[in-house]
Amino acid sequence: MNITLRLAWRNLWRQPRRTWLTTGAMVFSNVLLVFMISLQFGMYGLMIDNTLQVFTGHLQVQAPGYKDDQKMRQVVPDVRPLAERLREEFDSDRIAARGWAFGLASSAERSYGIGIYGVEPEFEPKVSNIPGLIEEGRYLDEPSAYDIVIGSVLARNLRVSVGDEITILGSGVDGSFAAAVLNVAGIFRSGVKEIDRNIAEIPLATFQEIFFMNGAGHQVVIMAPSLGAVPELQARVEAAISGDGDLVVQDWDALQPGLKQMIQADMSSAFFMYGILVILVAFSVLNTQLMSVLERTHEFGVVMALGMKPGRLGRLVMLETAMMGMLGLVLGAIAGAALTIWLGIRGYTIPGMEEMAAQFNLPGRIYPQATVLSTLIGPTVVFLFCLLASVYPAWRLRRLHPVEAMRTH
Amino acid sequence: MRIAPVLGRLAWRYLWRNHRRTIIMLSAISIGAWAMMFMTALTRGMVDQMISDGISVIPGHVQIHHPGYLDDPSIANRLPYTDAELARRFDGAGFVAWASRVRVPAVITSERESRGVTLLGIDPAAERAFSFVDYDAVDGRFLESVDDSGIVIGAKLAGTLETEVGKRVVLMTQDPENEIADRGFRVVGLFHANIESYEDSFVFVGKRTAQDLLHIGDTTTEAVFVGDDYRNVEPVYDIVSAAVDDTVRVSRWTEIDTYLGTMLKTMDGFMLIWVVVIFLALSFGLVNTLVMAVFERVREIGLMLALGMKPAMILGQILIESMLLLGIGLLIGDVLAYATVKPLESGIDISIVAQGMEMFGASSMLYPALYLKDVILANVVVLILGFFASLSPAWRASRYEPVEAITKVG
Repeated sequence: MNITLRLAWRNLWRQPRRTWLTTGAMVFSNVLLVFMISLQFGMYGLMIDNTLQVFTGHLQVQAPGYKDDQKMRQVVPDVRPLAERLREEFDSDRIAARGWAFGLASSAERSYGIGIYGVEPEFEPKVSNIPGLIEEGRYLDEPSAYDIVIGSVLARNLRVSVGDEITILGSGVDGSFAAAVLNVAGIFRSGVKEIDRNIAEIPLATFQEIFFMNGAGHQVVIMAPSLGAVPELQARVEAAISGDGDLVVQDWDALQPGLKQMIQADMSSAFFMYGILVILVAFSVLNTQLMSVLERTHEFGVVMALGMKPGRLGRLVMLETAMMGMLGLVLGAIAGAALTIWLGIRGYTIPGMEEMAAQFNLPGRIYPQATVLSTLIGPTVVFLFCLLASVYPAWRLRRLHPVEAMRTH
Repeated sequence: MRIAPVLGRLAWRYLWRNHRRTIIMLSAISIGAWAMMFMTALTRGMVDQMISDGISVIPGHVQIHHPGYLDDPSIANRLPYTDAELARRFDGAGFVAWASRVRVPAVITSERESRGVTLLGIDPAAERAFSFVDYDAVDGRFLESVDDSGIVIGAKLAGTLETEVGKRVVLMTQDPENEIADRGFRVVGLFHANIESYEDSFVFVGKRTAQDLLHIGDTTTEAVFVGDDYRNVEPVYDIVSAAVDDTVRVSRWTEIDTYLGTMLKTMDGFMLIWVVVIFLALSFGLVNTLVMAVFERVREIGLMLALGMKPAMILGQILIESMLLLGIGLLIGDVLAYATVKPLESGIDISIVAQGMEMFGASSMLYPALYLKDVILANVVVLILGFFASLSPAWRASRYEPVEAITKVG
């Protein structure tokens, strides 16, 4: 073993208690960082997936301006043939056409204003999780039946159950009066009150008939294989529809601008906290290394008088820190990953989390996932900051004068 | 007893014997203390804003409804009392403000579009004090009386409906007999709200006008009561509960908006965790510093013991040293926190993430709020935990064998 390496290692254990305390600070913050970062990344992923899987999808083909105003006449003409063509072109069935209208839903006893989606019954289950959340009855099946699927709160408020009839009143794309009587085929429960209270789905062909859409709809929803594949897919879809007149392709960030911003806001406050933690650990290391340099002044004077270069002494101190930091990194990463994996199996919840989680489309129990990135990123930053903190003690050595140094005790 | 000042002075001098170490430790404590309080102030500010925005929409600290209303907000589930009865029960009961209102789902239609909204039939004079709408900032005018024939809608909704002040819209809802009740209104004002989605979802008409439209005489769907402090609504709750029978349901705002209620409750817990985490990160350094301080003067300690100083005094002196270190660090941290939060109190503009904050239910201005009780909490927690963390090194120092300690080669 290299002599400097051996020296550094031995110096570290001259004061085992101090070394362990300093390493303890690193391990403590590393465990916390690994756990928190894994939890955060996991939650962001879930939040994005859960939100997008409800209705938004990864990409939507729309008329320009539709995303902001959602006006009835901002249509995608011939929406079903377009969706069919895109499905063929991209060889994917995770593409579905939709229409959306506002209407008044009335039962014998009650009336509520709701949003009505016209969907393609065969393809909607591939782009949205609502069809999978049917609690009673069945999802839509026939493409042009006068069937409707409604949320559980709406069903309760309208006092209808599967098999009952609902009257829909609204206005068609040309402003004319639109009305229809539909049969409740199924009731879904998403757990998000807003959705369960305000949303109904009917077959797209029926929708086009009721609202005089003349073959048009409002959006083609596209799911990409993964979030990372979205930008590339967007470019390809844009190319594919360039001949179809005035249409735009919006990605999920444009459709749900709050989502990314919320994650950014949450991340910045989290990084502030992590930053503070790292700085505190760095101070702890600075203090330890400074002490260890000061108490060895005499000894350093001796070795310098014997011909050791100050630069080499500085490297020795840095090496000591690096060893200590490595110890903290390894122990912290292992303990942090172990904690994360354990909670990943058991699940993690805190009181009040269910109410909070529902606001962000999250389940009440979180299963954090430890990945290589989320395990190493925190400890690595801690390690680097510790090295940085030992620069000052190491640098002080350059000004050390052998004779004076030997006189100190 | 006269020994205490001596110990204090000793501790003080020892602290500055190795001033570099003390200064580094002080910096760490100050930064930690500052971060505790700064972060707390930001979070407090955000939650406060969310709650004041949220309560102004719910609104009120305590509400009464028909028992079935909250689950099924239909006009059929309205209060069993008339306005005259409500006034008899609650006028002069000592609330800051109270009002009764008609709140039902409705459909609003312009010549272009229709949308679902919540219709609020209000008494504009009674609600002025606690409404989320600033009456004076309305484009056009706000409602003037309970039988105002106009309607006030959100600026954003007006854009969607392609309507404007002076134009007509049709409001459609349902009367208690389940007949469609509709009527044309002239838009007299467009309101703006801190949270954009409110502009989409609420429309205001006069209370009497709404009652006529719905054929409900002078009954309403809810009464709202505002007290002094939203954190403590119990006094209001008690007065209201005493004045009504069990044909109505009395709810605190925390029961109506469970998300906000939970936020408020978990806030304190979150802050305590944050303070403790920071402290733990600090504690390693603190204990380390004390261990060093003891270690480098083992011989002195031995000498003092040999000269007859009691172990308890050594213990006390190390503890005083630790408390001095923490106390000064905390003081600097407190001053730093005050100095950084004060200039920001007029608000931090975070509108780049406005839509994200809206998902939290927060608006795009952040007003940090440094509460005395949070500052006290942080300081007290650090001092108490610091005391316990210092016990071990101090105890060891006081247990030295005098002879061994004196002869120890430093």
